[in-house]
Amino acid sequence: MAEKRNKTGAASVSHNADAGPSARESDANERFRLLAEEQLPRLYTIARRLVGDEAEDAVQDALLKAYRGFDRLEHASAGPAWLASIVVNVCRDRGRARARAPAEVSIEAVGEFSLYRKIVDEDPFPYSDSLHLDFLEQFGPEDVRAVLERLPDRYRIPLVLVYVDGFATKEVARLLDMPLGTVLAQLHRGRKLFERQLWDYAEEKGLLVERAR
Amino acid sequence: MISCAEAVERLWAYLDGALTADDKAALEEHLGFCRVCCGEVEFAQELRGFLARSAAEQLPEEVRARLIASLDELEAT
Repeated sequence: MAEKRNKTGAASVSHNADAGPSARESDANERFRLLAEEQLPRLYTIARRLVGDEAEDAVQDALLKAYRGFDRLEHASAGPAWLASIVVNVCRDRGRARARAPAEVSIEAVGEFSLYRKIVDEDPFPYSDSLHLDFLEQFGPEDVRAVLERLPDRYRIPLVLVYVDGFATKEVARLLDMPLGTVLAQLHRGRKLFERQLWDYAEEKGLLVERAR
Repeated sequence: MISCAEAVERLWAYLDGALTADDKAALEEHLGFCRVCCGEVEFAQELRGFLARSAAEQLPEEVRARLIASLDELEAT
């Protein structure tokens, strides 16, 4: 964390390669460390949802970028959101680099899809008096992860940030550098795709047959 | 009066508090007489909770230890 200077541009302690880190650098290191350690679980959750098994590497990359840019963080209270934005962008870059392209599902095909009605119409658990809850109970965490990974990045990322990590839609727009209207449209499509993929996954994996026996 | 398809399209935005006052009023009017769409609302709420609960990740201790070690390396450089 070299070249740490205050806002007036004055270095408070002269830097000397032989003298070790200055007190100011040491203080910055300590603040960065506290912030990073506190936020690790959240950063990992976000990365895991966005890039799956590459989450640990993505968080490491994000920590490195954050460490190098820590002197640009002006307000400590913005630290958690700032770190989250770095990890989101690292994950987006990784997504692009992998050029992962899940089988595209036509938005038109899911435009009017309703999982609620699909479950009623198909009635997979004829003896259930809580049909919809029983449907959801068939899914373990690994299943949900697999379903999310079927969604293209542009739908999965806003969906995860809003409904898993609890970001407000305006924050997501800022994080992803997109107009709010675009984020809202992607969220809507993402929800529809998620519902559709939940049903398709349940059919493919025999989750419904298993229960109906 | 909005249709069921229009109501369903607005449900999550309704739960997000993201509808305009007019859209919200139109949806609530529809929900006042449509039991199926009321079921849709309840299920949408369940689905949101399900997504948040199911997709939350624990940070495994060994991963945490490796990430902490990477912080040590950063400070040492």
